[in-house]
Amino acid sequence: MSLGSVPLKYRIDIDRDQCMRCMRCVENCSYGVFRNEEGKLILNSRKCTACHRCISMCPRDAISLKERPVDYRSHSLWTGEAREDIINQSRTGKILLAGMGNAKEYPVIFDRLVLDACQVTNPSIDPLREPMELRTHIGKKPPRLEFKKNEDGDVDLITELAPNLELETPIMIGHMSYGAISLNAQRSIAKAVSKVGTFMGTGEGGLHESIYPYQDNMIVQVASGRFGVDINYLDRGAAIEIKIGQGAKPGIGGHLPGEKVCSDVSCTRMIPLGSDAISPAPHHDIYSIEDLAQLVRGLKEATQWKKPVFVKVAAVHNVAAIAAGIARSSADAVVIDGFRGGTGAAPKVFRDNVGIPIEAAIASVDRKLNEQGIRNEISIIASGGIRNSADIAKSIALGADAVYIGTAALIAMGCRVCGSCYRGLCPWGIATQREDLVKRLDIDSGSRQVANLIHAWTYELSELMGAAGINSIESLRGNRERLRGYMLDEGSLDVLQIKPIGA
Amino acid sequence: MDGSAIKDALSLMDERGSGEGAGYVAYGIYPDFPDCYALHVFFDNIVEPKSKVDDLLSKWGVIVHQEEIPTYEQPRLKRQHIPWRYFFKPNKDLMVGSLTPEEDIIIKTVMGINSGINGALVFSSGKNMGVFKAAGWPEDVANFYRIDSYKGYIWLAHNRYPTNTPGWWGGAHPFNLLDWSVVHNGEITSYGTNRQYVESNGYKCTMSTDTEVVAYLFDLLGRKHELPENFIVKALAPHFWDEIDSMQPRERELNRAIRLTYGPAMMNGPFGIVVARSDGIVGFTDRIKLRPLVVGDDGDRLYISSEEAAIRTVDPDIENIYMPKAGEPVIGRVVI
Ligand code: SF4
Ligand code: SF4
Repeated sequence: MSLGSVPLKYRIDIDRDQCMRCMRCVENCSYGVFRNEEGKLILNSRKCTACHRCISMCPRDAISLKERPVDYRSHSLWTGEAREDIINQSRTGKILLAGMGNAKEYPVIFDRLVLDACQVTNPSIDPLREPMELRTHIGKKPPRLEFKKNEDGDVDLITELAPNLELETPIMIGHMSYGAISLNAQRSIAKAVSKVGTFMGTGEGGLHESIYPYQDNMIVQVASGRFGVDINYLDRGAAIEIKIGQGAKPGIGGHLPGEKVCSDVSCTRMIPLGSDAISPAPHHDIYSIEDLAQLVRGLKEATQWKKPVFVKVAAVHNVAAIAAGIARSSADAVVIDGFRGGTGAAPKVFRDNVGIPIEAAIASVDRKLNEQGIRNEISIIASGGIRNSADIAKSIALGADAVYIGTAALIAMGCRVCGSCYRGLCPWGIATQREDLVKRLDIDSGSRQVANLIHAWTYELSELMGAAGINSIESLRGNRERLRGYMLDEGSLDVLQIKPIGA
Repeated sequence: MDGSAIKDALSLMDERGSGEGAGYVAYGIYPDFPDCYALHVFFDNIVEPKSKVDDLLSKWGVIVHQEEIPTYEQPRLKRQHIPWRYFFKPNKDLMVGSLTPEEDIIIKTVMGINSGINGALVFSSGKNMGVFKAAGWPEDVANFYRIDSYKGYIWLAHNRYPTNTPGWWGGAHPFNLLDWSVVHNGEITSYGTNRQYVESNGYKCTMSTDTEVVAYLFDLLGRKHELPENFIVKALAPHFWDEIDSMQPRERELNRAIRLTYGPAMMNGPFGIVVARSDGIVGFTDRIKLRPLVVGDDGDRLYISSEEAAIRTVDPDIENIYMPKAGEPVIGRVVI
């Protein structure tokens, strides 16, 4: 028997009195919602993804969008979404795909943490008048320094420091590969990070020639598919990141649909044109922690121990112990990706159900490394669902050295988090390889907007630090005294190692 | 010198306190027991907690001598504890695998008593030195212990305006661990970070106040990592990156290495601090000098104080008085 159609997800309405029939919406919508039939504007709301491209381009504000215009019989367990997923799967027999991060309504811990400020007993510091230091070093640090007296009676430093990345702000941009996003998107980000003095990840997609000018600000990634990896690639990066897992889909590999593999992508990734790029779930040369340590060392050898090597893991239940294992290798930083981390495409069941929130992961990794007395020897980079400068301040106070942002940087270039990246039709020219769409993203304005965002957040961070009487980022790191939990249960407070409000 | 001038100097600054905490430390006061660690303990009573402390100490070494610290009732000072002192020799064979076994035994027993034995608090644990403190005005605390009857070659004194733990004797300054004593004017906004750092290096914070981390940081960096005093100060109140960037390569490398390695030891917030050890003192402020610090130097003696008036009380004729720059250490060494 036919299952029929499911109700509309979004309904687009046109205020016909306002509309001037300029047909910009027709040109702009890559999903085919709008049609121009002999001067008449025809709509097919079923195709809408709520990317807001038409709405933002309409000169008359004539377009309105409503989510779930058709009600189901309300039921708290059998939500509309639960019913629709079943209908879809019984139709196709397939795994459900979804884009962007975890969309389930778990409480957001960030929103239950509050920051501190000075009153009376210590003065707050005004960042406009006093120096405020956000410079951050990512990389191995020695446990202690050793000195030797020389003949002139001076002391010489004999400890040698490992190479560190020097960031002017603790905000970096996470790995989004060329392939998953367009070259214009990647170039915009690259230009922005080199301007503000921070770094970005290449993702598992190789390094396109047009990014070479920004290579000193690039962290190149080695993932399980080894796409795009050769010595030229490793040598060009400022640092190397081994990707073990990803917060949006811990435990499974990556999938770039063949539609997104155009000729340029295929060259950069070193894979055949139009073929699906599938990264295996595990690295087949890493079946244990010592295998990982060997790969870290191997990459360091290959690049003459000149570059920091990071290891990225998804935030899973045992993340603290895993991070402690990574800290014992020659790795310089551990990247923890929380379960709200974004992605181009992930099986929905993973995206919404596997892994733990980044806030808890940072705190438990920081605590474990502290207990083992090795916290300062390795850097912690946190990612997955960081939305504003307060989230960054809270992440650092929970123990992170720096953060990666991903989705936020895309939003700065136009993305409206419609979650359809896996379809390759992004009307903002971000998650697509279609030439006409990619052209919509202007590199100059894209990079300016991303740089603006990082600047704005950096300012806000210095204001927050100044208000807390702190003039250097080191003194915020792991400083849980400056956090309180609001409406968090005792178990969570304990994991986060913070006191409740008023205590 | 004896403690009478110190008492006068500190009492001059009564309006900086609230009569809820004052204290003194003097070095060189126990010449009869130069090789013993002088443990000063506050007992709530001398029955239960004391027998536990006796047991613990006897396990780790020999109590050479012990007595109640002589005190003299003061009308304005309410007695809360019985101050006691032990002269203790640790048995270093009991601490295997340590380069400094005696000190490690002392740290272990001090932390063990303070966090594990109710009604006992060790507030002084160095050789040939001792802390005397209580909740009260500076002159009352001085008279309570008859500070003027002790003769020392280094003195620190502190008057407290408590906000966190008012009236608690343990919360008064100086704070001490082994040879290190600290007096501190200010509030450490980086306390959470510093605390984690010292705790991950084996110290336990038990005084519910920020100042104790300073003592532990000095012990960790100075004794365990063997950093000279000026480098310790560079770690706790480092140069700004702007300054470091414009230094000569050698200086730059050194300062960068200190900031990277000792980032979690860096102290933020307003502070003026003086730290003493048997061989000298060092005073410094936070990097933007949010608390005062004045230095007087007559060639033989070095004075560091929050107020010039206090220095002039001790030495009215002193000529060389100056204010050090933010974050710059003032170091005085004992010359024999
Ligand atoms: S963009 Fe707006 S004004 Fe132009 S045709 Fe579409 S709805 Fe009408
Ligand atoms: S990047 Fe993805 S989520 Fe953002 S607008 Fe494009 S398709 Fe939608």
